[in-house]
Amino acid sequence: MGRGGRVTQFQEMRDALRDVAPMAVGAAPFGVVFGAASVANGYSLVETLVSSAAMFAGASQFVLMEVNGFGVPAWSVAMAVFAVNFRHVLYSAATGRRIAHFSFWQKALGFFLLTDLQFAAAEMRGGEGKSVSPMWFFTLGGALYILWLVTTLAGGIFGQFIKNPKDLGLDFLLPVYFLAVLMGFRKRSGFVAVVLASAAGSVLAFKLLGPPWHFALGGLGGIALAALMAKPEARSDG
Amino acid sequence: MADLDVIALLLLAAFVTYVTRIGGWLVLSRFERLHPRVEAALEAVPAAVMTTLIAPPALTNGPAEFLAILVTILASYRLNVIGAIAAGMAVLIAARAMGF
Repeated sequence: MGRGGRVTQFQEMRDALRDVAPMAVGAAPFGVVFGAASVANGYSLVETLVSSAAMFAGASQFVLMEVNGFGVPAWSVAMAVFAVNFRHVLYSAATGRRIAHFSFWQKALGFFLLTDLQFAAAEMRGGEGKSVSPMWFFTLGGALYILWLVTTLAGGIFGQFIKNPKDLGLDFLLPVYFLAVLMGFRKRSGFVAVVLASAAGSVLAFKLLGPPWHFALGGLGGIALAALMAKPEARSDG
Repeated sequence: MADLDVIALLLLAAFVTYVTRIGGWLVLSRFERLHPRVEAALEAVPAAVMTTLIAPPALTNGPAEFLAILVTILASYRLNVIGAIAAGMAVLIAARAMGF
């Protein structure tokens, strides 16, 4: 705003659309898969859309579907969602510094839009020394939000025509999906140890105590091991 | 149409999600630097939690599911996320169709 106003604003918007295009290609299939899986798992189209509109968080929307399927209490579903979304806490701290100049309401809305992609794009733009302006931030985030709703709807409509979800393996789509996402973290230090500890802990707790305890106890096992293995002076570079 | 219990659960989950998105800025940014063990623990949260969603269903179902998990792991070294999912699902569907 202010000096140079309109031209700069237009430029910022164009930058955001240019930045968001490759991300949209990657994100769209997830929206379709989520919509289809949600409806095939027995949720209505309205519920499926509310999930995407209110949460706007791919992986944890799948988590809610999976954990709620066990018929466990609401607090444990919320805890699983919190745990899977916990990475946002780290994004939030980093992106908060880049958007410190936003107004109160711009920040309040901006953090709602803080997905993995939004974070990555803001880090990249900020790292290049360019300004992370409200126009750039909300054009990018708004485009991803609209894309997420449209692809969820498309998938949901498609999902209504799926007669037998098991033939398409949809009852087992979530573990496969989580695994593919998990493998994206494999270069982090201690990855294998953390995964093995969490796997052992969760299977043991699943057999002995049943859901929802295997999420909490298995997860805590891996997290505790990571803390124990950390070298006091070395800084990790995730 | 929409079950009110489900909508309430979704709104609770949306609130929890928003807390994680604004919480880092409200809380973490007040610390100059984090203890390395705390930082390592925070870094490990996503992998640890994701694993608990995978391991029990992978090991307590049947051979088709176990095979699909193995193929997804191998595929993820060569393919992107969508490709790895497609490979795992293709194996699952084929193995089930063959009666495993």
